Amino acid sequence: MRLKFRLNGRPVEVEVPPGRRLLDLLREDLGLIGTKEGCGEGECGACTVLVDGKPRLSCLTLALQVEGKDVLTVEGLAQGGKLHPLQEALVETAGVQCGFCTPGFLMAAYALLLENPNPTREEVRAWLSGNLCRCTGYEQIVDAVLLAARRLREEKGAES
Amino acid sequence: MAKVLVREAARTQVVGQGVPRLDAEAKVKGQARYADDLSFPGMLYGKAIRSERPHARIRRLDLSRVLAHPKVACVVTAKDIPGRNCVPIIYEDMPLLAEEIVRYVGEPIALLAAETREDAEEAARLASIEYEDLPAVFDPLEALRPGAPQVAVPTAAERGNLFNHMVIRKGDVARGFAEADVIVEGEYRVGYQEHAYLETQGVIAVPEENGIAVYGTLQCPFYVQRAVAAVLGLPLSRVRVVQTATGGGFGGKEDVPSQVAAMAAVLAWRSGRPVKVVYDREEDILTTSKRHPAIVRYKTGAKRDGTLTAVEVEFYYNAGAYQTLSSAVLWRGLVHAAGPYRIPHVKVDGYSVATNTVPCGAFRGFGSPQVIFAHEAQMDELARRLGMDPLELRQKNALREGDETATAQVLTESVGLLSCIERAKELSRWEERKQKVAEFNARERFRKRGLGVSTVMYGVGMGAKAPLLDKAGAYVKLEADGSITVAVGNTEMGQGAMTVLAQIAAEALEVPLSVIQMAPVDTSRVPDSGPTVASRTTTVQGLAVLDAARKLKAKINRAVQEILGCPAFVVEGRSFCDPKDPRRRVTLEEVARWMWVHNWDMGATGWAEAAPVDWDPKTGLGNAYFVYAFACHIAEVEVDILTGEAHVRGFWAVHDSGRIVNPKTAWGQVAGGIAQGIGYALLEELQAKEGRILYPTFTAYHIPTTLDMPEELVIDFVEAPYSGGPYGAKGLGEVPLMASHAAVANAISAATGGRLREYPALPERVLALLEGEK
Ligand code: FES
Ligand code: FES
Repeated sequence: MRLKFRLNGRPVEVEVPPGRRLLDLLREDLGLIGTKEGCGEGECGACTVLVDGKPRLSCLTLALQVEGKDVLTVEGLAQGGKLHPLQEALVETAGVQCGFCTPGFLMAAYALLLENPNPTREEVRAWLSGNLCRCTGYEQIVDAVLLAARRLREEKGAES
Repeated sequence: MAKVLVREAARTQVVGQGVPRLDAEAKVKGQARYADDLSFPGMLYGKAIRSERPHARIRRLDLSRVLAHPKVACVVTAKDIPGRNCVPIIYEDMPLLAEEIVRYVGEPIALLAAETREDAEEAARLASIEYEDLPAVFDPLEALRPGAPQVAVPTAAERGNLFNHMVIRKGDVARGFAEADVIVEGEYRVGYQEHAYLETQGVIAVPEENGIAVYGTLQCPFYVQRAVAAVLGLPLSRVRVVQTATGGGFGGKEDVPSQVAAMAAVLAWRSGRPVKVVYDREEDILTTSKRHPAIVRYKTGAKRDGTLTAVEVEFYYNAGAYQTLSSAVLWRGLVHAAGPYRIPHVKVDGYSVATNTVPCGAFRGFGSPQVIFAHEAQMDELARRLGMDPLELRQKNALREGDETATAQVLTESVGLLSCIERAKELSRWEERKQKVAEFNARERFRKRGLGVSTVMYGVGMGAKAPLLDKAGAYVKLEADGSITVAVGNTEMGQGAMTVLAQIAAEALEVPLSVIQMAPVDTSRVPDSGPTVASRTTTVQGLAVLDAARKLKAKINRAVQEILGCPAFVVEGRSFCDPKDPRRRVTLEEVARWMWVHNWDMGATGWAEAAPVDWDPKTGLGNAYFVYAFACHIAEVEVDILTGEAHVRGFWAVHDSGRIVNPKTAWGQVAGGIAQGIGYALLEELQAKEGRILYPTFTAYHIPTTLDMPEELVIDFVEAPYSGGPYGAKGLGEVPLMASHAAVANAISAATGGRLREYPALPERVLALLEGEK
């Protein structure tokens, strides 16, 4: 079936079979390998992408469900060669180890900051509790989200 | 008293700095390429057809419907393996494909390759296998009884199903117990722990003109090379193993990738096409190695003042159907069984036993967490009986420089255990916290808090069981433009090895870190550096890098002297200048260019061998490891006495791993180890029945999330430098997990007033402990 949607800001039109998962469409048909599969059953969050600004597990989402929508993946975060503040902060706090969970955390955190630009530590922890990481113990990831949130607020403050 | 090096006082520029990881940028951009991210033209998808029975004779194997599947390109059984039907690890008892007998549920019997993943899955279900069930055994104690079904391949066992029995005999425990005023005894049990690396196992085997290349997520490329060469009957030189970005290992990618790669390689060889084998989560949990379930018995004696007099230990590890790494795992458990304490009389008996279950293997701590759970529980029981503070009891018995370990090894340097204990006590405000916990418990009816302590030691490197593997090579090359390439044979699996090794190279070469590039690990181009295990990379691989870097530095220095025409010079950033005439200077780029133009050899190789070790299997005595790392952890937990739920509120961890090369990545490694330990003690349960893992999913197997982490997490390092390590570094990777679970377990016991003797402390178990209190 024909599917039209926006991917990382660009229009995309592809042919997909009805049962195809969004995850496979992204990784295998469109070559965006940044989105990861950790479990394939909705438990790990590694496959998180944004659909119209909301976090969605691409392993549980059918490709056809994004018809007409805006999809954002980890590849769409850096703008003009410049890392997004969340990416920058994760590098700084050493919140990346093996990195397999990282794209999922980035997307989940991005969605959080859209909804709540000034989260508390507890709110960050609660929001990210659907994403599994086996390496970091989460602390430096939470630090990174708080750091990025502060910088984004400061940027905004400076603009207005 | 341990010598503690104050961080500020160490004169290094790059070593000791929390620089960002070299691989972080690619990873946050989603550009790092893990195994499943690679594709090759004409690539097929491989899949194993596996045993459904724990122990059976294969009566008939009918693959005709698999072969008839239109999308199947290749089917392989044992007789189609071009080389040997064996996955060589320490022993050679494990076949790649079962021929007559299957010994565990999930054992591979045949392989197929098909056009797509879905085709492969579908075709695998078309196999028809007729079994004749054999009596099976799943419990290690039952497997040792006379008349138990024979599981172990006889050539790999000492007798019956006993894979290995190892001992320590030091002093005379009878005398030690006679001298004791207090004796405690207990049996402790733990089940499986699953690695749950976020990236499952995966490889791609690609036939090449002269042999085969294997790309994959793995820790030990040279193990994989050997296994692939064995099954294909090729010389090692025709097998090239390339490590992809690796999404976590923790030991789970030490030996298992040899099996996965051998499967893909045989399919690729037979079909002449690239073959990808990537497990889904279910296949990964069902068929790959885990932490050994264990039954551990301890008896510990102490004098009234807390001085330990004797310990007697007997422990059984359920190894699964084949040896894989169990003998090495058992040995580490044995050597660590007495803990980091001065004990004159020690008797330890460790047994690893074959059963009809999935083979267990390496997992962070490698056979030590099981005995640590027990020895730390014993220390707390002793403290309670003696009316002593648990930290004080540990302080009293802690190994110091000049002391003898349980294997009668005299510790000559780098023993920072007492400093760890003191610092942990200080950071946690121990006395005040004890007071507060007591007040809380007096005040609250439905919630109870408890504090738990653990101290551990960790023998760095392979130790005397496998000294042949404790070596490493490095190649450092100055490029013609002044950039520098470093090639090593150890791997990055998330632990931060490549960053730390680059820091060591930059330090020795006196160049900025940004000049250094770590080469991809490809067995055809990097020196065999042994396996990336045993928390050895910073120390042993680091020494090899240091050796190579120093040699290259000497060449650069000679070139600078020739260019500037002066015997001495000073380094300023990327420039070298004549101290008498600072205008006379030359940059690293210019030096490189000059060396290139003058046909100089711009590379240098480095080599390192771990310091000698020795060990006598009859007595269990000897210099088991070249150096030890230490840690002290303190946990505060709160339990809800109505629901039995437990939560870790606070955690204080102090480590002595010698000099810390990168404090930021070290911090993260400790935090991650603490999380895995919290999981082991509180959450992670993999239920199995008659050799079948019942729920192989993350839905049923809970690893810690953000919400399971303590609200207060404090991590620090005391640095007792090791003269044999690069810039004084020892190993760190495994230690945090080893210490953390035991502190949590002791805190649970303290909070409930009971004694936790089995992991994990799920609510039912916590409620039972609370019941026992009444
Ligand atoms: S892969 Fe989608 S939640 Fe794990
Ligand atoms: S960094 Fe490895 S799973 Fe999160």
